Amino acid sequence: MVPLPHLMALSAAIFAIGVLGFLTRRNILVMFMSVELMLNAVNLAFVALGSRLGTMDGQVIVFFVMTVAAAEATVGLAIIISIFRGRETVQADDLTMLKW
Amino acid sequence: MHTALFWFLAAVSVISALGVVLQRNPVHCLLSLIVTLLAIAVMFIGEGAIVVGFLQAIVYGGAIMVLFLFVIWLLNLGVEIGPTGHIALKFFGTLAVAAMTAELMAFMLPPHLEVKYAGHVAGYGSIDSLSQKLFSEYLVAFEVTSVLLLVAVIGAVALARRTSASEIAQNADDSARRAQGAS
Repeated sequence: MVPLPHLMALSAAIFAIGVLGFLTRRNILVMFMSVELMLNAVNLAFVALGSRLGTMDGQVIVFFVMTVAAAEATVGLAIIISIFRGRETVQADDLTMLKW
Repeated sequence: MHTALFWFLAAVSVISALGVVLQRNPVHCLLSLIVTLLAIAVMFIGEGAIVVGFLQAIVYGGAIMVLFLFVIWLLNLGVEIGPTGHIALKFFGTLAVAAMTAELMAFMLPPHLEVKYAGHVAGYGSIDSLSQKLFSEYLVAFEVTSVLLLVAVIGAVALARRTSASEIAQNADDSARRAQGAS
């Protein structure tokens, strides 16, 4: 049995890498992938804790997180495509329409 | 899960997660992300969450990632050339992430977090026990999720189709010109 702190530390590490990617990359698609990384890190924490407590609730929440991630990816990619059509860019720094 | 397997999967997932952040070609980032997702899926199965692990591999590693790949190809994205983003942003972002990691580790590493391992009941993590929970205790959330998916599909179609009047007019112009050129 792997100690719980190891799993939680791995989850924290992957989450931190996801935050790093979201903050430092300017390509919207890669920023999106970083968000997926963060979601997965939290999923790992849910599964690990649920497994140690012997309940199924963690896995049910992971199931819901996956569904929401699928919905988010669908809408987000549609937005990216429609932005690209109008402005021919996927760099977040080029999108300044809402900026004063 | 065997400890050696855990360390192997941990190394694979962290290295490929770094690959997502550090590589310049979006396709390579995406492939690294798939490796991370599959490593985490194996970890789920090792922790007893069998159905969720397989769902992770099929739905995440399969469907969602293929969607990403299609979008990258559709937009014809190449390797990012030259410096991307601001140095100051990268510096302060890295600093903030280091601080956050330190805080998370301080919170998670002490042994007080080790809960008493209760042992799994028979059928833990099976599709049977998952759906028992899903359709009794979490029924409302489950139904709301189905509405969410419906709204997401409608929203995606509404966003991705060409709707502006000028585009439609331009398309009509183009096709008229093409018809003239053909005749």
